[in-house]
Amino acid sequence: METETIPAIETAPIERPPLPPVFQYPSAVPPSLITQGAEALLYRSTYLLPTLPCALKYRPPKPYRHPTLDLRLTKHRILSEARVLAKCRREGVPVPAVYALDETAGWLMIEWIEGEVVRIRLNEWLQQRKDEGIAEGVDDDRLVRLMERVGRAVGRMHAVGVVHGDLTTSNMMLRPGRHAGPDGDSAVGDVLAGDIVLIDFGLASQSTQDEDRAVDLYVLERAFGSTHPRAESLFKVVLGAYGKSFKGADVVLKRLEDVRMRGRKRSMLG
Amino acid sequence: MALESIALEHLPASHTVHTALFRNVKNASFLHQQLLAGNKDFEYALIDASVIMSRLHALAAAYRAVNDSLESRLRSRNVHSEIVFSLSPNNNIAESFRRFGITPQTTNLLAIKVSTPSSPATATEIQSHLSKEVDGEQVEFSDEVLQTMTDLARVKKIYKLNSTGGGNNGGKKGVNGTSGLGASGLEDERKELEILVLGSMALRGATN
Ligand SMILES: Nc1ncnc2c1ncn2[C@@H]1O[C@H](COP(=O)(O)OP(=O)(O)OP(=O)(O)O)[C@@H](O)[C@H]1O
Ligand SMILES: [Mg+2]
Repeated sequence: METETIPAIETAPIERPPLPPVFQYPSAVPPSLITQGAEALLYRSTYLLPTLPCALKYRPPKPYRHPTLDLRLTKHRILSEARVLAKCRREGVPVPAVYALDETAGWLMIEWIEGEVVRIRLNEWLQQRKDEGIAEGVDDDRLVRLMERVGRAVGRMHAVGVVHGDLTTSNMMLRPGRHAGPDGDSAVGDVLAGDIVLIDFGLASQSTQDEDRAVDLYVLERAFGSTHPRAESLFKVVLGAYGKSFKGADVVLKRLEDVRMRGRKRSMLG
Repeated sequence: MALESIALEHLPASHTVHTALFRNVKNASFLHQQLLAGNKDFEYALIDASVIMSRLHALAAAYRAVNDSLESRLRSRNVHSEIVFSLSPNNNIAESFRRFGITPQTTNLLAIKVSTPSSPATATEIQSHLSKEVDGEQVEFSDEVLQTMTDLARVKKIYKLNSTGGGNNGGKKGVNGTSGLGASGLEDERKELEILVLGSMALRGATN
């Protein structure tokens, strides 16, 4: 330390990684960094034309990993995410479209999804309700309908033989605009309106095992539990819609009970 | 109608993509022959436009070919043949030429040329060469015009998109409660098909 002044924490500079090589050529719309996860950087940019927004997921080389192994892992994850996304899209699961990829260079370019992740939308909604002094559980059919859409989306994904591997409320987005409720009631300012779009298939795999599916649901249940005070009854709505979404879903719901039991035991053992 | 020069996003400014679309082409056989003979004056991707859905479909192939060329990993002879190959959902180069390239029967023709630092042709030069050599009516390279040329059944067959539910808008009530068939149903279906085609191209050789 050369000076006596203590820098304010909130002004501490954030490390900006250099743009991935694919983005070092010019574009009409400059790429912007959206999130910097442990494994991947996510940029908003454009594909082919300035009018077509895209998300670029870049997995930079890991200096602490053996280069050959690192390259192999990166390639595998890019290809596996792209394959699963393409399969889902073909079979009617709401996911971003695949635009382009370069597994050797470590990037995947996909459709940009407008809107926000469900976690953030739920928090906004809770806050709004608090500000308006509305009690929990009162007049929340919009929330119930959102839960049904979540259940159907997850059900559809499982039905086509894909398990997500990291199913949280941060890995599903709510895209505004196209969804109007059965009575066309997509009111302005309704933060829970919109279509569910599942994202982040970096840990996904192709499986039709009840166990894998049940673990997906369990992970999602835990994620809901940590964001919503009335999570338990709400998650029943998710499971209700899921149960009706494909043949075999009820077997998965049975299996979920076992998975919960094991989870509880594990947490008791600490 | 003149050719359109496009600076694709995330490519060097030195690599401009020039596009020219023709209908009622009468001398496809001659043009095809120039490619087979390796005539250096015909360094174009000459594509049968009946298997092209949209601008994005063609531009995605051009982007991939230029990118692969910059990364020195062309699989075919040059960046122009690579554009044709980049339309393919699989790794069979010869088959991709047969499916997407000009044939003696072609009447709707899309010509794409990439100007590069080593081959810096100008738009004017390319236009005048094409005007001289292509016996056909040049039309706007737009989605509207392309749609009048597309053989959708053939596109679906090539990309194996027949047996599917058609993605989000396949007519059945989707998981988000939007029913696929509305006033914009057909347009939505087309958009969805385009998206699936782009996905197949991106995953060329990576599917199994
Ligand atoms: N297609 C998209 N359109 C818009 N925003 C997106 C898109 N994909 C991701 N995001 C945003 O970026 C965030 C991070 O993306 P994602 O979850 O795919 O990456 P990650 O969690 O860092 O990856 P991984 O877990 O595979 O290492 C998301 O939470 C979301 O806010
Ligand atoms: Mg994530």
